[in-house]
Amino acid sequence: MSDSFDQISQQLKRRHRKSARLKYFSMGALGLAAMFLLIFFADMLNKGLPAFKQAMVNVEVNYSEEASRSGRAAIDRDLSSIVSRSVVRVIPLEMRNDPSLLGTTQTRWVLASAEVDQYLKGNRARRLDADDMARIDSLVASGQIEMRFNSGFFSRGDSKMAELAGIMSAVVGTVMTMIVTLAIAFPIGVMTAIYLEEFAPDNRLTQLIEININNLAAIPSILFGLLGLAIFINFFGVPRSSPLVGGMTLALMTLPVIIISTRTALRSVPESIRHAAFGVGCSRWQVVKDHVLPLAMPGIMTGSIIGLAQAMGETAPLIIVGMVAFIPDVTASFTEAATVMPAQVFTWSGEPDRAFVEKTAGGILVLLAVLISLNASAVLLRKKFERRW
Amino acid sequence: MMQTNQLFLIFCSVLLLLGLVAFFVARRKATQVRSSGIAMYSQPDQYAWFAVIATAGPAIVLSAVGAFVMLLIGAEIPTFSLLLVSLVLAAVGLAVGMLLVRSNFHARQAIERTIRWILASAAAISILTTLGILISIIGEALNFFQMHSFWDFITGTTWAPGNSFLAAAGRGDGSGAQFGSVPLFAGTFMITAIALSVAVPIGLLSAIYMGEYAPSKVRAVAKPMLEILAGIPTVVYGFFAAITVAPFIVRVAETVGVSASFNNALAPGIVMGIMIIPFISSLSDDVINAVPDSMRQGSLALGMTKGETIRDVVIPAALPGIISAALLGMSRALGETMIVVMAAGMRPNLTINPLEEMTTVTVRIVAAMTGDLEFESAETLSAFALGLVLFVVTLSLNLVSVLMIRRFREKYRVNNL
Amino acid sequence: MSAKMPEMTYQSNPEIGQPYTRNEMACHDLSIRVRDLNLWYGKSQALKGLNIDLFQKNVTALIGPSGCGKSTFLRCLNRMNDLIPSVRIEGLVEMDGRDVNASKMDEVALRRRVGMVFQKPNPFPKSIYENIAYAPRMHDLVSRKADQDELVEKALRDAGLWNEVKDKLQEPGTSLSGGQQQRLCIARAIAVQPDVILMDEPTSALDPISTATIEDLMDKLKEKFTIVTVTHNMQQAARVADYTAFFHLGEIIEYNDTKVMFSTPAQKKTEDYISGRYG
Repeated sequence: MSDSFDQISQQLKRRHRKSARLKYFSMGALGLAAMFLLIFFADMLNKGLPAFKQAMVNVEVNYSEEASRSGRAAIDRDLSSIVSRSVVRVIPLEMRNDPSLLGTTQTRWVLASAEVDQYLKGNRARRLDADDMARIDSLVASGQIEMRFNSGFFSRGDSKMAELAGIMSAVVGTVMTMIVTLAIAFPIGVMTAIYLEEFAPDNRLTQLIEININNLAAIPSILFGLLGLAIFINFFGVPRSSPLVGGMTLALMTLPVIIISTRTALRSVPESIRHAAFGVGCSRWQVVKDHVLPLAMPGIMTGSIIGLAQAMGETAPLIIVGMVAFIPDVTASFTEAATVMPAQVFTWSGEPDRAFVEKTAGGILVLLAVLISLNASAVLLRKKFERRW
Repeated sequence: MMQTNQLFLIFCSVLLLLGLVAFFVARRKATQVRSSGIAMYSQPDQYAWFAVIATAGPAIVLSAVGAFVMLLIGAEIPTFSLLLVSLVLAAVGLAVGMLLVRSNFHARQAIERTIRWILASAAAISILTTLGILISIIGEALNFFQMHSFWDFITGTTWAPGNSFLAAAGRGDGSGAQFGSVPLFAGTFMITAIALSVAVPIGLLSAIYMGEYAPSKVRAVAKPMLEILAGIPTVVYGFFAAITVAPFIVRVAETVGVSASFNNALAPGIVMGIMIIPFISSLSDDVINAVPDSMRQGSLALGMTKGETIRDVVIPAALPGIISAALLGMSRALGETMIVVMAAGMRPNLTINPLEEMTTVTVRIVAAMTGDLEFESAETLSAFALGLVLFVVTLSLNLVSVLMIRRFREKYRVNNL
Repeated sequence: MSAKMPEMTYQSNPEIGQPYTRNEMACHDLSIRVRDLNLWYGKSQALKGLNIDLFQKNVTALIGPSGCGKSTFLRCLNRMNDLIPSVRIEGLVEMDGRDVNASKMDEVALRRRVGMVFQKPNPFPKSIYENIAYAPRMHDLVSRKADQDELVEKALRDAGLWNEVKDKLQEPGTSLSGGQQQRLCIARAIAVQPDVILMDEPTSALDPISTATIEDLMDKLKEKFTIVTVTHNMQQAARVADYTAFFHLGEIIEYNDTKVMFSTPAQKKTEDYISGRYG
């Protein structure tokens, strides 16, 4: 005869405690992961949001004779450390383009220097002395300096001057690179998946290709960079640093993602649909083209978007093929040097100037926003077209 | 170069024109044949498409092969004559396509065969990619090993590329350069170990919570949350490690009276661990879910607590899958580049103190590739030697991982892993 | 230990409005008493007001067409239904004077006393030895290695498996044949020394020879344990069970001594089922 319930329950107390401990540990682990995510986003927002604001200063620009030679002369000497050098530099140019400016005086809102910007955001500004700070404070009080939305961050290219640096050239570079990536990876990926899933005989070669694709998905991305450098650039002579070589390199990385998701999508189309199509006399290709592919399309799109998002965030292989270039002008060309958003983030993160920390984090926020919306659209697509057979 | 571009443009437009001609003429001919009452094997559109394939296919293949031969062997084929011959071939193809528009020709089957070939050659690209990686890396690595001994590379404890670029430029003999990769691999494994000791417990326990305890609502939130962690670009993690985590670690170390470098190994290790959590948790979650419920019930019916059931029955059953997840995570960590480039050091350092600066294989690869060095310098080529080792190590980890998951799958006959 | 309640026999018990024919029922000690047991899966009611007494050291078979609630009922006896979130249970399941559904009742302690064998053999991914030794060790039933060895041998002997596996105790439990695996699961259950063993169609996944072995085993095991078995095989119920309950659409239509039930069923439905008119 076994023990009574009470006796057993007594013995069980210790074991129940242990069991509960596992539950709390595992809950804690998930909580920890959530906490990391929270800290991470809070940190990025905290560091990056100020990048969307920029100090502007209202100055009187005096287009004098002297100013046509040296822009410094156009602006009140006291303000020279407050106004961005970029403004000063273009004044002679402006005057050359528009000779009628000579002798006139204009009051304009112009970019303040990064030092001023940082000071007003409460960061340390090393190059400002006490006089400068006092002057800035009084200008702020009199409304001559304002924090405004930093539209230049979205419309300008890179610059060595923090107040002038923007991500537009990186955004354009990303778009160009992604066009190349998708143009290569999508058709080849989908065709490969169709071949493996619908046409290929089940032999050694097919298995080799399958194992190979799974392995490609797990190879460190930097090795794709070495491939791009050795084959595309050195062998085929594709121009270095160009969206073309970057896109080709990323295409090879994205290929396995697209192939695997396409195969999953094709496999989820029930066999009965193929049988039905064969039954009415379709050839294999007609079955695939007219019946299987349309049904698998949402799944293929979802996988491609996820692959695209992955490629968009990739940096290491692009460094190797030289896509971390300094691109001040926004140019849309497939064969000229360009940079992409993550590479821009990387470049900025290496700048010693404190003001670039904010730019880096700002760039990261833009990048994350794009990636999260891409992934969210993939999720929505999957939800919308989810089908139960 | 400009001329080549123009030639290419002309070639493409002529080819397009021929293709259009082929399509419409063949369709018209087929329609006429059919309307004259002769039964045909295929439909007019199919004959038309076949004519297009016959016109454009051989011409494109020929010009591609020609271009490849030029690049590969360096043979001088004038671009103009190559394209001209291709166009002639296209015209011949067009004629053949027209001729074959007759009732006893199976246009559909011909198209089908062509499509099959196109699809198969797309599939071959994945093989070509792997081969490309292998050839490019092995080739350059061999060049490197002609300059420096393989044995020194594997066993040497000093990594000092030093003035090797002078040797490449013809000045100096480059004898000052030393390429002992041990400190790099030591640093790589140290950071990987830190990353795994963060990621494996947290990832596995999260998977256990999601698979065994969490109500479906929590699961619905937690899974996408972990996926977000996986979707953050590594360059962002690198920035986070360098700007936020490393200074934090230095400050903590100071308060306990230890000195830590701003490029310490702990910061990139921990952040890399966070990055790998979702890889471990999602695969572990899948295998834990694939453990048959009858196992759990069998254990519970014996009067085991839930915790004991998980620890002694579910986890052992899922172990091959969990190990495979950890191996995949490890291969990720070994090859991870941006986090260590941004947060770990540049100086090779053979130490076991994670608070010291140390460097990794991937950092040196990037360093070798971003300097203004001649491609043929030993330092640049050393990147390929390092890449080769990285490739071999990650490839074997992946293969072992695939084998383990296959064993698990066969044991429980689950197909969705 | 369990309370002897001769007055609670079917013959004299007014709580159960069902026909009874034999006084012998009163001779057995009561193991589990069930009163007004209702169970819902979400909104659909799977068990409707069940009343039944299960007797010690007997084999009770639960028969009925599939979906009639017999497995669900079986799982009420060791609260395995707790694992399904949408289940709601009302009514009394009493064992050893305690309501097993009470919130105070520790379901782990209950399952320690009410073992279970499942439809498909489910040995753990461990060695044969560990499959059996694991639970007793966790329950502190054995402390020394020698005791443990002895317990494993005894359980395997009781399950009639000892001679087949004594030379390969360290091999994985999954390496055995289906019938052997099921006997391993029975050995695993009896090693914990429960009072009751629930069997949920234990032979449905087995070949006829293994089935016969398990049936013989049940006959032997009832000397020590109360056995409740679900079967959809009426011949099996007739062969092994002392008592049989016929379930239909979540209700117990008839519960009686097996011989009586199969020779002279009191209810029309029972007769139809036994004679194979549906099921």
